[in-house]
Amino acid sequence: MNQKHQPELLSGGAMLIRALRDEGVEYVYGYPGGAVLHIYDALFQQSEVKHVLVRHEQAATHMADAYARASGRAGVVLVTSGPGATNAVTGIATAYMDSIPMVVICGQVMSHLIGDDAFQETDMLGISRPIVKHNMSVRRPEDIPAIIKKAFYIAQSGRPGPVVVDIPKDMTMPNQKFPYEYPTEVKLRSYNPNSKGHPGQIKRALATLLAAKRPVLYSGGGVILGKASEELTALAKRLNVPVTNTLMGLGAYPATDSQFIGMLGMHGTYEANQAMHHADVIFAVGARFDDRVTNATKKFCPNATIIHIDIDPASISKTISAHIPIVGLVKPVLQEMLNLLDKQGGAIDAAALGQWWQQINQWRDVHGARYEERRDVLKPQAVIEAVWRHTKGDAYVTSDVGQHQMFAAQYYKFDKPNRWINSGGLGTMGFGLPAAMGVKLHYPDAEVVCVTGEGSIQMNIQELSTCKQYGLGVKIINLNNGYLGMVKQWQDMNYDSRYSSSYMDSLPDFVKLAEAYGHVGIRVTHPDELDAALERAFAIKDKLVFLDIHVDPKEHVYPMQVPGGAMNEMFLSKTERT
Amino acid sequence: MRHIIAVLLENESGALARVVGLFAQRGYNIDSLTVAQTEDPTLSRLTLVTRGDDQVIEQITKQLHKLIEVVKVSDISESAHIERELMMVKVKALGEQREEVKRNADIFRGQIIDVSPTTYTIQIVGTSEKLEAFLEALSGTQILETVRTGVSGISRGEKSLTA
Repeated sequence: MNQKHQPELLSGGAMLIRALRDEGVEYVYGYPGGAVLHIYDALFQQSEVKHVLVRHEQAATHMADAYARASGRAGVVLVTSGPGATNAVTGIATAYMDSIPMVVICGQVMSHLIGDDAFQETDMLGISRPIVKHNMSVRRPEDIPAIIKKAFYIAQSGRPGPVVVDIPKDMTMPNQKFPYEYPTEVKLRSYNPNSKGHPGQIKRALATLLAAKRPVLYSGGGVILGKASEELTALAKRLNVPVTNTLMGLGAYPATDSQFIGMLGMHGTYEANQAMHHADVIFAVGARFDDRVTNATKKFCPNATIIHIDIDPASISKTISAHIPIVGLVKPVLQEMLNLLDKQGGAIDAAALGQWWQQINQWRDVHGARYEERRDVLKPQAVIEAVWRHTKGDAYVTSDVGQHQMFAAQYYKFDKPNRWINSGGLGTMGFGLPAAMGVKLHYPDAEVVCVTGEGSIQMNIQELSTCKQYGLGVKIINLNNGYLGMVKQWQDMNYDSRYSSSYMDSLPDFVKLAEAYGHVGIRVTHPDELDAALERAFAIKDKLVFLDIHVDPKEHVYPMQVPGGAMNEMFLSKTERT
Repeated sequence: MRHIIAVLLENESGALARVVGLFAQRGYNIDSLTVAQTEDPTLSRLTLVTRGDDQVIEQITKQLHKLIEVVKVSDISESAHIERELMMVKVKALGEQREEVKRNADIFRGQIIDVSPTTYTIQIVGTSEKLEAFLEALSGTQILETVRTGVSGISRGEKSLTA
């Protein structure tokens, strides 16, 4: 008997949830409202896709984003039309700037009301257009499964990014049902994102690298997104080349390895920026020569031949011209280089490389990562080092934006990819706490630390309530210096210390605030208290602990590149510069 | 440098807005833009005239390619091509001016497509340069209105832009 498969009849709302399930989605982060009530009702009637109710839609986007950063799978957001959608905009832009896969489902007013300035109507396709990889609107309910499939495919393939799906309320009517079938694949004539790289270019790149005397491997977020950390490490080891990571690339190469020369760029290490400037071959892997990396492009690495692997051709030769461009996914390209090395052998001239390492180690000795150690006042760098020790270097660390972010990037030595989660491109304050929540929800047994400051944390402080509801035991390290530290640093350096609006008067008592939300609050004001406080905090497994750590308000982040200068022109402390 | 960029894109609502938005967001110039459905109703073809050095034009074509609904992009001004633009000019045409305008239109192989006791409307087709030259030739005449389609372009020979 040949029994023909009969597809189930589902409403638009139910099809949406079923499609998410079939896509393997476990959690959706969101906030209900008029235009998405049918969808929320469909969510309520099943148990496979779980919903996390945030306190502000921005937090939903950061949760989804951080889940994606930690897992490599697209995070999913569900918000209502109008203010629900516009509140999600900052989070969408954050994901866009860092190429993070995300699917954002926005409610919309009934189709026949679109364009009438209806209640809670906003043109979300128009608003989100410049900050998405793609966006789509549902015109017929029966298209929902195909549109969701397409959204995930676009978000997760090639150079990943956020995709917005706008769904008018009448597309999700509970009484209108359609046969549901989830497509197995998507094909778009206008979008073929996967490329293994041109074999000839890969050969040329390897030959150039092997002929180098002063090579630097400069790798970025693309290595993490492209899950190519292993290949990158193997290649670097094989060739014994120094490796520097961008802010987005930290963890792609183990930071405790001797070949790692630290982060590069505006607040990069002395040795990384010097090595870049003096390099004869720069091998850029999944990095985009961002202005926070290059400093003045005209003075950038004057003697270097540049090899650049990127999946996005538009990233190649955008700000810095590449001599050997390779358009392709980082992983297969690096693998091909390793294969070639296996087949043909080859190494960089040992004498030249030895000399280069000698030079780099000398830079490292002279001005490597360092800060003034004090017994009387807590240095933010010392706090990060202590957190690193207490978490055995194995935590997921999220951060907000500012000095604390740079200290965390400089002093927490990430040995694994996907562990350092921060808003690099957009620089979104308020990212850290929801990001930590998104990671903790999916990795409940992992240690998840949010490094923040008293400015940033207050941008999404309401999420302490969400943490309570879902029992998210994240550890908040609030580096409290009473100032918007990075703004203050620039005002110290460029505005004769006129602290225009960088002083945060009337801060709340963070310990009491944490307690008010049902969490544990601990205040640390002296270096002698730090270790005991961290020990206590990390011993508490099932509760959120808010550590309000009062740090030196005078501290600046160094090194700092001199504006308009070359890579290697840096302020090294308040009194020294190169 | 002036470049003529031809783009084939999915004939879907919002696709054009994406192209135009890209130019605004990234600060690229648009001198002219023309778009219409092709012989395949699922595709639109757009011709865009822009200016920039080689690096800017390279970025423009790459960024256009990145748009999901863009199927093909070609800088047709890179090789042999034909460009045409259509312009309609309404001028005051009284007394001796009527003859003068008519003569100019003939010289430029334009056609007078509308006549009133006081005006002529001339249609003229050619490169943008020719259209400019015609307007210059009319400098002694009072121009009431001009309307131009923007440039359309196509490659010479067998080279063609298809999906």
